[in-house]
Amino acid sequence: MNEKHSEIQEAEILVIGGGAAGLSAAAEAASAGAGVLVLESDLHLGGQLVKQTHKFFGSKDEYAGTRGFLIAGKLLEELSAYPDKVKTMTNTAAMGYYKNDGVVTAMRGEEEYFKLKPKRIVMATGAQERLIAFPNNDLPGVYGAGAVQTLMNVYGVSPGDRVLMVGAGNIGLIVSYQLIQAGVSVVGILEAMPNIGGYWVHAAKIRRLGVPILLRHTIRAALGSETVQGALVESLATGERFQLDCDIICMAVGLTPTAEMLWQAGCAMKYIPELCGHVPVRNKRQRTTHEDFWIAGDAAGIEEASAAMIEGRVAGLDAAASLGYSVDENRFDVFAERLNSLRRGDTAAKIRSGLEKVVAA
Amino acid sequence: MPLIDRHPVLSFKHGRKVEFTFDGKKMQGFEGEPIAMALHSEGVRIYRETPEMKRPRGFFCAIGKCSSCFMLVDDVPNVRTCVTPLREGMRVCTQRGKGAVLPMEGEQ
Ligand SMILES: Cc1cc2nc3c(=O)[nH]c(=O)nc-3n(C[C@H](O)[C@H](O)[C@H](O)COP(=O)(O)OP(=O)(O)OC[C@H]3O[C@@H](n4cnc5c(N)ncnc54)[C@H](O)[C@@H]3O)c2cc1C
Repeated sequence: MNEKHSEIQEAEILVIGGGAAGLSAAAEAASAGAGVLVLESDLHLGGQLVKQTHKFFGSKDEYAGTRGFLIAGKLLEELSAYPDKVKTMTNTAAMGYYKNDGVVTAMRGEEEYFKLKPKRIVMATGAQERLIAFPNNDLPGVYGAGAVQTLMNVYGVSPGDRVLMVGAGNIGLIVSYQLIQAGVSVVGILEAMPNIGGYWVHAAKIRRLGVPILLRHTIRAALGSETVQGALVESLATGERFQLDCDIICMAVGLTPTAEMLWQAGCAMKYIPELCGHVPVRNKRQRTTHEDFWIAGDAAGIEEASAAMIEGRVAGLDAAASLGYSVDENRFDVFAERLNSLRRGDTAAKIRSGLEKVVAA
Repeated sequence: MPLIDRHPVLSFKHGRKVEFTFDGKKMQGFEGEPIAMALHSEGVRIYRETPEMKRPRGFFCAIGKCSSCFMLVDDVPNVRTCVTPLREGMRVCTQRGKGAVLPMEGEQ
């Protein structure tokens, strides 16, 4: 075996995932003096943030009112203040965790494998998109909403000519608007529920542009033999079926947290519908039931970027504190208060009820 | 190429343009950007064929998680083209089936 492949890299704090949560965790841990290594599987840091062109909702301390991709820039700038504390590796995915010796395996590109032995681990791996079942849903042209965003907002490639959006939650609405910004036509938005799930500001923008939002409608099949050439749509109210002409079917039917490594570590996990999937039991400082693992961001439950950033800071700070670095305890109270104020309103009722079931006192 | 040339919010800073081949055909893309994006901008939608049902597969998650965009790149099968940077002269091919592992150097 090649030398390079067998040597074990050490790290004080390993942050897995370089999105809103991971970058915040890294900045906070480094500010306390800890050495941090961030692994990011994508070719660049920033996670979901780099794909967003709209001004964010959330809290002012977490840059609400700023466009998503610019928020990523601000976090990277904050990190650049700690050049000898923070190391980042892109195109590098954490693959597995070995409980008996605490080794993490990672893959850089497609060919280079290596091992890491961190003292502490912050999981900030974000979410994965859901897909619904219908005939031909594997046909090229049925794309996840995140993929469509990556294609057009990160790489400037037009995804297609005519897009059918499935899902009228915030993601479906925002991505529809982004498609129109990129000069692509959106033939309609399907939503199985009788009401729009996303915020009215986003829905109103879409309606003004003349895009029909078809409530109580769903997709029954993707049409085409080699690639998508249309969609079979059904009204759930009348049972009527009709075809829509499109070359892209964009799926925005929800996200689910991804933190598979926590199962390997033996963390207590629970299925919490309000948080959109399986998530780890944790304490108020984001520490899981495995004392070397913290969790933050969408991986801890689907929420939004402000919460992801604050959870990341709490996790990073607590991980540093657990290594003996002196931290200002008051910061935990400040962060707790910011999270509380984000989660106060009616729209956050679901999050509050989900968290009650997994956050230990 | 269907690249977005005008955008109200974003400006795209592409790198150097390089040549590569797709199933032997000459194509162009930007160095360092994912192979899948270069193919998509050249109008390619089908990236592989499934082993059992022989169904076409293409781009899907774009974050290296779903396996839909696996291709044969410079003879290496199952390359996640959505997160693998394009390099000059790459030979990108539609992957049919599971792909075979290449023998190690010195092996038969
Ligand atoms: C269309 C859309 C609009 C949104 N609008 C808003 C908004 O207006 N306001 C708001 O507050 N929020 C918004 N959000 C939500 C917000 O973007 C997310 O909640 C936030 O980005 C979550 O941050 P995160 O760090 O947890 O996850 P992510 O940003 O997803 O980052 C996770 C990172 O981990 C990496 N990763 C995953 N697995 C591994 C692994 N094994 N090894 C290495 N790296 C790995 C991923 O590549 C990714 O970069 C929006 C989301 C979408 C999709």
